[in-house]
Amino acid sequence: MATINVNLISGRSIQQGVAIEGGKEKPLYRTACGIIELDPSDLKELGAWKNTNVRVTSEFGSVVVKAIETTQGPHPGIGFIPMGPWANKIINPNTYSTGMPTFKGTPVRVEVAVDQQVLLGIELVQKACRGETV
Amino acid sequence: MTKIVTDVICPFCGTLCDDLEVAATDDGKKIIEVYNACVIGTEKFLHSQASDRVTRPRLMQADGSYKEISYDEAAEYTAQMMAKAKKPLMYGWSSTNCEAQSMGHEIAELAKACVDNTAAVCHGTTLIAVQDIGLPTCTLGEVKNRADRIVFWGCNPAHAHPRHMSRYSIFPRGFFTGKGHKNRKLVVVDPRPTDTAKMADIHLQVTQGQDYELLNAFRVALKGEWLPDVVAGIPKEKIYEAADILKSGRFGIIFFGMGVTQSLGKNHNIDEAIAVTKDLNDYTKFSIMPMRGHYNVTGSGEVMAWQFGYPYSVDLTRGFARYNPGDTSSIDLLSRGDVDAMFTIGSDPGAHFPFNCVKKISELPSVCIDPHLTPTSGVSKLHVPVAFNGVEAGGSCYRMDNVPIDCRKVVEPPEGMLTDEQFLIMVRDRLKKMKGVA
Amino acid sequence: MSEYVIKNGHVFDPVQGIKGDKAEVAIKDGKIVEKAGSGAKVIDAKGMTVMAGAVEIHAHIAGPKVNLGRIYRPEDKLFTCTPTKGMERMGSGNSIPSTFKTGYEYAKMGYTTCMEAAMPPMFSRHVHEEIRDTPIIDEGAFPVFGNNWFVMEYLKNHEVENTAAYIAWMLRATKGYAVKVVNPGGTEAWAWGLNCLTVNDPVPYFDITPAEIVKGLIEANEYLGLPHSMHIHPNNLGNPGCYETTLDTLKLAEGMKANNKFGRESVMHLTHTQFHSYGGTNWGDFESKAKEVTDYVNKNRNITIDTGNVTLDETTTMTADGPFEHHLTGLNHLKWANVDVELETAAGVVPYIYSPNISVCAIQWAIGLEIPLMMKDPMRCYITTDHPNAGPFTRYPRVFKWLMSTKAREEQINAFKHKDKVLTQTSIGSLDREISLYELAQMTRAGPAKSLGLGNMCGGLKPGMDADVAIYNFNPEKPVANPDDIEKAFTRCAFTFKSGVEVVRNGEIVSTGHKRTLWVNAKIKDNPQVVRDINEKFLKYYSMTQANYESLGHHFVPNPFAIEVDAT
Repeated sequence: MATINVNLISGRSIQQGVAIEGGKEKPLYRTACGIIELDPSDLKELGAWKNTNVRVTSEFGSVVVKAIETTQGPHPGIGFIPMGPWANKIINPNTYSTGMPTFKGTPVRVEVAVDQQVLLGIELVQKACRGETV
Repeated sequence: MTKIVTDVICPFCGTLCDDLEVAATDDGKKIIEVYNACVIGTEKFLHSQASDRVTRPRLMQADGSYKEISYDEAAEYTAQMMAKAKKPLMYGWSSTNCEAQSMGHEIAELAKACVDNTAAVCHGTTLIAVQDIGLPTCTLGEVKNRADRIVFWGCNPAHAHPRHMSRYSIFPRGFFTGKGHKNRKLVVVDPRPTDTAKMADIHLQVTQGQDYELLNAFRVALKGEWLPDVVAGIPKEKIYEAADILKSGRFGIIFFGMGVTQSLGKNHNIDEAIAVTKDLNDYTKFSIMPMRGHYNVTGSGEVMAWQFGYPYSVDLTRGFARYNPGDTSSIDLLSRGDVDAMFTIGSDPGAHFPFNCVKKISELPSVCIDPHLTPTSGVSKLHVPVAFNGVEAGGSCYRMDNVPIDCRKVVEPPEGMLTDEQFLIMVRDRLKKMKGVA
Repeated sequence: MSEYVIKNGHVFDPVQGIKGDKAEVAIKDGKIVEKAGSGAKVIDAKGMTVMAGAVEIHAHIAGPKVNLGRIYRPEDKLFTCTPTKGMERMGSGNSIPSTFKTGYEYAKMGYTTCMEAAMPPMFSRHVHEEIRDTPIIDEGAFPVFGNNWFVMEYLKNHEVENTAAYIAWMLRATKGYAVKVVNPGGTEAWAWGLNCLTVNDPVPYFDITPAEIVKGLIEANEYLGLPHSMHIHPNNLGNPGCYETTLDTLKLAEGMKANNKFGRESVMHLTHTQFHSYGGTNWGDFESKAKEVTDYVNKNRNITIDTGNVTLDETTTMTADGPFEHHLTGLNHLKWANVDVELETAAGVVPYIYSPNISVCAIQWAIGLEIPLMMKDPMRCYITTDHPNAGPFTRYPRVFKWLMSTKAREEQINAFKHKDKVLTQTSIGSLDREISLYELAQMTRAGPAKSLGLGNMCGGLKPGMDADVAIYNFNPEKPVANPDDIEKAFTRCAFTFKSGVEVVRNGEIVSTGHKRTLWVNAKIKDNPQVVRDINEKFLKYYSMTQANYESLGHHFVPNPFAIEVDAT
């Protein structure tokens, strides 16, 4: 199976904003934030159709999200996961003594994971806290 | 029949729009319609009315299920937790009013807690930079009335602050800016061609993580000195061009966001951005402003500063206020396992902290005060739902430019629900008794 | 409420003309009374000095720029944090103490009424939240008007009545106390990176001069009959040679008469005079012009001043004079903060170190002392440090020491690195006047109270006045062995009473009292044009709505005390 390496950034999107106000227990939150936006060229390299579940893994963790074609591109080499528990499972938590985790600029590996599920937000956090794979 | 409440403040982002109109039923119980708000603000008002809303405190049982308890029991539980803890962390504060923050600070002082707000994962590095080098800034009305040069650096208001551009920055017609956006030049710096960047006269698609280099190159370009052919992925011609645009304006402003505060370089990126602004004041008038996220994160910083002397990451465990981001900041405290209880209010660290910190929270005695169900409430031992501040309770809030605006109560909270402040008063009074303080 | 009688103390009260005689001061129901009941608690003030609670006429102690100072100067907290103690909340900060510490420190020094000197109107809610959190002392705040678009537009056409109506609206909306003017016109010019350095420099676009703004605001102030006069920080602050601009500004008050029911005689209050009394053409030939300025003020009875004493500390400068702070950061290269406020004003903040090893700082120190020593009428010259600009207010006792003791002044002069320069560029060495305790009471109590229009309420110990009393462990009958004893005595009161409540005992806080917010409610004739103008500016140019502008409600002003003015 093909894998690609991209530079991960997280941040706001308007769908994320609406979803957090609409209820983080709802599926809409997953739709808005349980995704990774990839450049079409990167999707092609990955050998995945858009809207395929992928596993994104960094040195700090791993999470399953849905790969979609970027809405604000092109940005080859950059992956974007809207801020939320999915992104925070894998971003670089080091603050380097500034108090601020490194939410932007984490090298990650993306691989297709069609048979794995993207969890709901609260569910994801609870499961991960119990040490289960998410 | 409906009544219209005017001049309503939107309790979502730091733009703190105060021109909303809300149609409510005559008995003041139900919101029917929200006018003037962005899609997020509208959702905030309407979702507060959801029928499946949790309205009573819930205590997590050993098997992971929840048991409903009274506010009295919840206050007692919280006070006990705070009294027992040696170094509790009281985190959040950015989605509640300044009165609740003040009350929380009394609790923090009694419990000798660490107090931190969401700047910890947002503009905390900005505050460090401001402490290094200062901050030439202005109110948003100055931008509307005077600005002819606008820079968005590492921020995406089209998504994060949807009405910012129409109310203050790009489009409005002000006193000296009668032609609106036609008289303004817009420069956007972002590693992605964001929806904000698509409106720009110049978009500099900086290499992610190289903002410092590009900012530094701007300082060079402003002085007309030599640059290498490409800096941070941007050809030098484009840098000179952008620098000339900024210099030639009458009044300019740099708005910046998480793109610079959270990328490597952190506070040094902001240092350099502020230095660019200072340099530009040798040629024209220039300001710089952080795009604050939560609608009252600014207020939390203000209240913390006038009461304790520091805007965030305050540690009271020694009986007086100490401040040392990287040491007394939430992420570091949790990562190191330094705190023995977690009190969350008006924020969702469960969703927005790195996972290693979330796991630590799940292992601690913990209370989450939040109107919503959130990942934080999902990993906390006690969840205390409260009235929505800005919808069901009023109170003072601070916009991203530090302008205070008093939130309005639009409708009544569900029967028997308390506000943040009311619940905190109950906790404080109990804690005072436990500590034997008059 | 408790009754008290203070016995055996040496009373200094300019309001009643008592100059150190042993007199009884009786307190009942929050007021000074002729005689207390038999059950009154007796305070024995034998060998002590008894004065009214002191009145602070000009300090930056609450609001956005003060808090910006706190936020951006963590270093100001070093070694200054105080733990929770009894009823005292935690405190922090030296030049910009936290609100709680501010209240405690003032009360411990015997201050009971303080004025926040510059409130940006748009931020009035912030100012009031901080005032609310500053315990014990009564406070008022001065909204700034000198660069306000309404004021400039009205006064361009000399529309005094409209200006007055606007001021009345603004005082009500912001719960403000007086008309403050900072660098008139210059701060608006600063919005374009420019400045007005003389009273005749035109303000960009608005086509009005600082002189017209100042004159018009004095007229509007007297039209309304406000308790305090127009309170001004003139153009060209802090530059060598600036005294000429100061004299030009003072001359604008010529021929103007006070109109009010509060006993105030002045029409202009010149603040932090020290910063405005500089001669010379550069920092090399920098010299004192305290004599020129005080000569003028001595001759013109419709002007009051405060000093702005440099205390030789590391401090934080902050002012609505935006262009000045930009200039200052260029001089000392320390971090610069600036906030421009739409339609109204601006503010700047820069840390500053007044080093005794720098000749300019030492000369500034001397000028600050020359001014009160050269002023003939202590009722028109008040002691301030323009806190925190020339030094923190907690240094007042040290300033008192320098004023009351030539020995203390000589010691300091001898300690300067550039002693000779201080002596040639100022006349501090030849001034042998020592301020008496009675004069001190005039300069810190009766005088500022009168200028603020509060002369019937505070600043004195006459029956009927508020029972604000400060008792110092200082025996005026004994010669001062060591000038430092003066400083020590005035740093911590033996007792402080605020509105009849004992708030300080032996230098410790024993009650947080019943703090009030003072503001002025001016009634005027209906003025539809001004109402329309205000509506229009909010619709078109402000970034917030008019309905959200007012400081309204218990969380902003929990205990208001409105001074009523009728100008209908």
